[in-house]
Amino acid sequence: MDQDHDDSSALLEQVRQALVDCTPLRIQGSDSKAMLGRPVNGRPLDTRSHRGIVSYDPTELVITARAGTPLREIEAALHSAGQMLPFEPPHLGDGATLGGMVAAGLAGPRRPWAGSVRDHVLGTRVITGHGKLLRFGGEVMKNVAGYDLSRLLAGSFGCLGVLTEVSLKVLPRPRSCQSLCLTMGLRQALDELAAWGQQALPITAACHDGEALHLRLEGGEGSVASAAERLGGTLLDNRYWHDLREQRLAFFAGDEPLWRLSLPHNSPSLSLPGRQLLDWGGAQRWLKSAASPAVIREAVAHLGGHATLHACHSASFHPLAEPLLRYQRNLKQQLDPSGIFNPGRLYADL
Amino acid sequence: MNILYDERLDGALPTVDKAALLDTLRSALPDLDILHSAQDLRPYECDGLSAYRVVPLLVVLPQRLEQVQALLKICHAHQVPVVARGAGTGLSGGALPLEQGILLVMARFNRILEINPAGRFARVQPGVRNLAISQAAAPHGLYYAPDPSSQIACSIGGNVAENAGGVHCLKYGLTVHNLLKVEILTIEGEYLTLGSDALDAPGFDLLALFTGSEGLLGIVTEVTVKLLPKPQVARVLLASFDSVEKAGRAVADIIGAGIIPAGLEMMDNLSLQAAEDFIHAGYPVEAAAILLCELDGVEADVQDDCLRVEAVLKAAGASEVRLARDEAERVRFWAGRKNAFPAVGRISPDYYCMDGTIPRRALPGVLHGIGELSREYGLRVANVFHAGDGNMHPLILFDANQPGELERAEALGGKILELCVAVGGSITGEHGVGREKINQMCAQFNADELTLFHAVKHAFDPLGLLNPGKNIPTLQRCAEFGAMHVHHGQLPFPDLERF
Ligand SMILES: Cc1cc2nc3c(=O)[nH]c(=O)nc-3n(C[C@H](O)[C@H](O)[C@H](O)COP(=O)(O)OP(=O)(O)OC[C@H]3O[C@@H](n4cnc5c(N)ncnc54)[C@H](O)[C@@H]3O)c2cc1C
Ligand SMILES: Cc1cc2nc3c(=O)[nH]c(=O)nc-3n(C[C@H](O)[C@H](O)[C@H](O)COP(=O)(O)OP(=O)(O)OC[C@H]3O[C@@H](n4cnc5c(N)ncnc54)[C@H](O)[C@@H]3O)c2cc1C
Repeated sequence: MDQDHDDSSALLEQVRQALVDCTPLRIQGSDSKAMLGRPVNGRPLDTRSHRGIVSYDPTELVITARAGTPLREIEAALHSAGQMLPFEPPHLGDGATLGGMVAAGLAGPRRPWAGSVRDHVLGTRVITGHGKLLRFGGEVMKNVAGYDLSRLLAGSFGCLGVLTEVSLKVLPRPRSCQSLCLTMGLRQALDELAAWGQQALPITAACHDGEALHLRLEGGEGSVASAAERLGGTLLDNRYWHDLREQRLAFFAGDEPLWRLSLPHNSPSLSLPGRQLLDWGGAQRWLKSAASPAVIREAVAHLGGHATLHACHSASFHPLAEPLLRYQRNLKQQLDPSGIFNPGRLYADL
Repeated sequence: MNILYDERLDGALPTVDKAALLDTLRSALPDLDILHSAQDLRPYECDGLSAYRVVPLLVVLPQRLEQVQALLKICHAHQVPVVARGAGTGLSGGALPLEQGILLVMARFNRILEINPAGRFARVQPGVRNLAISQAAAPHGLYYAPDPSSQIACSIGGNVAENAGGVHCLKYGLTVHNLLKVEILTIEGEYLTLGSDALDAPGFDLLALFTGSEGLLGIVTEVTVKLLPKPQVARVLLASFDSVEKAGRAVADIIGAGIIPAGLEMMDNLSLQAAEDFIHAGYPVEAAAILLCELDGVEADVQDDCLRVEAVLKAAGASEVRLARDEAERVRFWAGRKNAFPAVGRISPDYYCMDGTIPRRALPGVLHGIGELSREYGLRVANVFHAGDGNMHPLILFDANQPGELERAEALGGKILELCVAVGGSITGEHGVGREKINQMCAQFNADELTLFHAVKHAFDPLGLLNPGKNIPTLQRCAEFGAMHVHHGQLPFPDLERF
């Protein structure tokens, strides 16, 4: 396929046709995340023909690319200019696209320190439920003209429109990076993380696997070296974070369902059946467990968090309570009045 | 500019019988403070954009959330428009009242509910002042990062409604990047929790949507913000340049060198002279422009970065680069910058503050263009702004007592914003659209995009009772205003002062 191809008019035509036929669309990039969320029945709308980096000027700290561009192509361009996507998106598959990454909205180990996918979205072009190709936001760092629809679309799983182009804020890669492994129990790890969090330490990833706390330090040479000396422990291969992000650590193997628990970072350890892996300095916990969804969700909600089942399942996402659900439905109804975009992907009636 | 609500262009408003409404409110909410006499209402007739004034129908000053909820239910049932107000420091007329509407003042909700050092968050009421949060967190070595220059006065509820920024948002982000959770009341009086105590929440990201929505989607009743550890050290470099274009290019060079300063601010000769006369910061008054570059973090890194930035600045043609010798000098350098607006206020009877953002690479060209427009319109323009973010704040100096000068200042401002849009920028980076830039929205967005904004509004406030006439123009307004949309390089504004 062409490295660089503007196929937006064909995508727009497919959406207009779907509006005429009243046929729902199943928007897909490489479909690497089909295992996450509710199944969608619809005519496939493949974005991968619409691809290519539209503009990238490293001194602007912004990259703009078409939605079907492979994530790896974007990361390669950034890498060659000494920059990166600060939120470290998981690819989970070779062909993951920019559009799918933004629509899924998930970020890797650096998330608590660098921010989320939506935090870095500056602008989008989107095909709407009214069959129009529109532009929101732009390439500038600050923009408060009108409602922030670009950030709303991040993490919306394609239920509010088809992203055709996204502008993202990027950052220089840190000059120095070093990872450490400190043997300690979970409770001690949580205490240490709480204390370190109140100091200016260059920690940019923290994961506890039940036996040891894994830390990544990033910044200038001086700060990384002095923090490493202070924290001690043994050296850890930096590739650990890649394996964590791509769910390739041994923890992720096995047949039990995989849950992502999003919690206040200083929540105590949860007593739930199964195995747990603490990520994001405590704000994200992975759970391999056959326990019932209701039990898991209640335990997590009690602590102010929510739980997502990483499987193609009718109740993947944490249920929304009224009246919030009603307003979310109103929003879907307003932006996608014919209900053609990924109906039911997030919730039965969204 | 026709700044008053115009039903022909902005949509019909329900007619409200003031006496009957007052009766209803008094009997339903006997302990609610309500202002209704002309002399009591007068102080609330404008926000920080004082050129535009409207006396509200009524002002209410609730102290308990049940009062706010009951009030909204009444307003919804009786179709009374509601304009929220925090501290009233907004610069775009976002809290400009309506003759036909209630002004809902949230300033009395000024309690800090929780500072949680281990959780690194603060939970506060919406009327709490921005700076008060950092002061309360300081004993724990923590602070709230977004620091608008108005931070001693502006409220966190107003910050959420405007997605406020500050001099440190290049590195630490805007309000939207520093929120965990916001509680709101809808116009129907229903509570919604947006975001969560965790880092994300299920469903569509309404927290992102509501941030910067200027009081049009709901009333902010509680805010949970992230707190950050105070950086170990902060150093500031002051670089002088003999041309604004050179200073503009140096900004891109610093970023290009892989350095993200905590703050990167620019002042041109007019503003730095004004600031020097006022604050005696020690600025080089002969320079055409200065850059203030703050680097913060861990001692060792900051030292390295200072050397790197100094080399970049010299290579970019800085005639002098000074490192603030000590904390006192650093604070003085910033005091000059943070007081630049009032300093400019001392050298001109009036000034008009613009807020366009542009890609950094366009800085030299746009600064040059502003200079030319300034000569063309015969009005001085002082530039003092968040250069690292490409967020310009041209201050247009004028004298409202000279016939025609206000109109000329507005026309010049409009041209500057058009210039920003033309280079791929935005009409507002942090001050919001409010009432002030309602017409420029027609240049930034087309009819289909505006229609989608109205659809979003409809999902939360189908009757259009929250802050009508602000933020998003009607299509009728843009149709009438369409003349502005065309032909860059011509002068569409003089025709547009009165419709
Ligand atoms: C084992 C495994 C685990 C994973 N775990 C996670 C995880 O925990 N969290 C997570 O977020 N991701 C996860 N991913 C997905 C990963 O983030 C993806 O690689 C990438 O983000 C999606 O790219 P894609 O093109 O394959 O998306 P797809 O799977 O094709 O699409 C993802 C979603 O985005 C929508 N979408 C795609 N393109 C567009 C568009 N242009 N406009 C609007 N909507 C669009 C789709 O309809 C779908 O809802 C996982 C993947 C694998 C294989
Ligand atoms: C000297 C000066 C310097 C400034 N510097 C900066 C700066 O550096 N960066 C920056 O971003 N801004 C700056 N501002 C602008 C202003 O301070 C900000 O926009 C601030 O966020 C407004 O807060 P406020 O409480 O005064 O809100 P107000 O002016 O009272 O209201 C602003 C908007 O918010 C809405 N609102 C207020 N409270 C609520 C609520 N509880 N619920 C829902 N809606 C609400 C209002 O309806 C209105 O639309 C400056 C202003 C001045 C006067």
